[in-house]
Amino acid sequence: MLDGILAKAGLLMELANNSQVAQAVTQASGTPGMPWWAWPLILLVTCFIMGIVAVMAGVGGGVLFVPIVGSFFPFHLDFVRGAGLIVALAGALAAGPGLLKANLANLRLALPVALIASTFSIVGAFIGLALPADILQICLGITISLIAILFIFSKNSEFPNVGQPDTLSRSLNITGTYYEPSAGRPVKWTVWRTPQGFLLFVAIGMVAGMFGLGAGWANVPVLNLLMGAPLKIAVGSSKFLLSITDTSAAWVYLNQGAVLPIIAVPSVLGIMLGSLVGVKLLAGAKPKIVRNMVIVMLLFAGIRSLLKGLGY
Amino acid sequence: MSSQVRAENVRQQTAPERQKAVAAQIEVPPEQIKYANLLLYCSWAGIGILMVTFLLYMSGIMGSYIPPAEISQYWGMSVHDYLVATGAPHGWGWLGMLGNSDYLNLIGIALLATLTVVGYVALLLPAYLRKKDIPYATIVMLEITVLTLAASGILKVGAH
Repeated sequence: MLDGILAKAGLLMELANNSQVAQAVTQASGTPGMPWWAWPLILLVTCFIMGIVAVMAGVGGGVLFVPIVGSFFPFHLDFVRGAGLIVALAGALAAGPGLLKANLANLRLALPVALIASTFSIVGAFIGLALPADILQICLGITISLIAILFIFSKNSEFPNVGQPDTLSRSLNITGTYYEPSAGRPVKWTVWRTPQGFLLFVAIGMVAGMFGLGAGWANVPVLNLLMGAPLKIAVGSSKFLLSITDTSAAWVYLNQGAVLPIIAVPSVLGIMLGSLVGVKLLAGAKPKIVRNMVIVMLLFAGIRSLLKGLGY
Repeated sequence: MSSQVRAENVRQQTAPERQKAVAAQIEVPPEQIKYANLLLYCSWAGIGILMVTFLLYMSGIMGSYIPPAEISQYWGMSVHDYLVATGAPHGWGWLGMLGNSDYLNLIGIALLATLTVVGYVALLLPAYLRKKDIPYATIVMLEITVLTLAASGILKVGAH
């Protein structure tokens, strides 16, 4: 008799499980009426435009990708963040060689910073994958809105005045030279406030891993305004170090099964092609207008993400 | 044309060459150049592989674990629910699924995510050890450890 009851209970449990899965599948089945192939196609076109805009506005594609795709596409935020990291990684790897050869990305500056950021991006990735989607949407919305505000108020300094390099900077010999065409001469640089800068990269790494964002928007102000690296070195080293920071978080997402090729591949290809076109259009662009456009886009996507997380 | 104008023209013509010469004097460490070349060739190879494998997946020429036409049923789920609903592998389990075109796409992605470790192990670590640059050799070794740990799949996350 006991065997019969257990068998029936097992059957009921199985039915319940199956119906839960079936319900979840039905709920998650995208927008009714839209053919499945339309979404990757729209994603490719959106990312292509994003790639053009990102280059002209001087930002990484990753920071636009997650809030926009996460807010306006039917994909779960887990897969969007996984794809966002692959997008930021591919962009950084493609830009890295030119920057390294021109000595605009400097290994002595990037390697220590990358070690800190990549370690904490793993922690961020695990936190992001463990949090419920609505909480994550709220956090993402707040973060993206803050990034937009940072863009509005941040002022870069082409050649910051650097005081006496600190002990850490001296012991790691963080210094270099690059050719400045506007001055027609090599510029020698060094950095200071290294411990404070390194500490901030803990937070930057966490945010990058948690939300799948490329973190150039945060790297550049810290390297340039706080640590005193010339703007070109800050931008170049920031872009390059994303190739290291995002690698560690990308592995976490890949191992957790959070990288769907149908989302990640059109995104990477779209952004890369868009970046190539953006570089060609750069000469005739009005950077201030494009930058303002990006700020509006980020604010819009940030507020939408916040509202989505709050259930509106 | 006066000699002064001619001299100015000559100066203008030679200016880019002078700039190039000055730029060439900037000393870029050899390991940095080698690392740049590794990234250049391998990252574009990775992107090329992504294009080809994605075409194989979308065209249906090669079979897939989840056909593209069905993936829309799952892409709105959290990764945990997706793994439960599809029985898809995680960790390094995808390596055993390379006969399916959707998992074949992960080769290009994994290549992009492996380049940094390869560059660190093959180029930067030997270069810093040769120079007896202990702080940077240590940083490079720590980074290799961090990236290997992330790639290993040993670290796990709680479901939500």
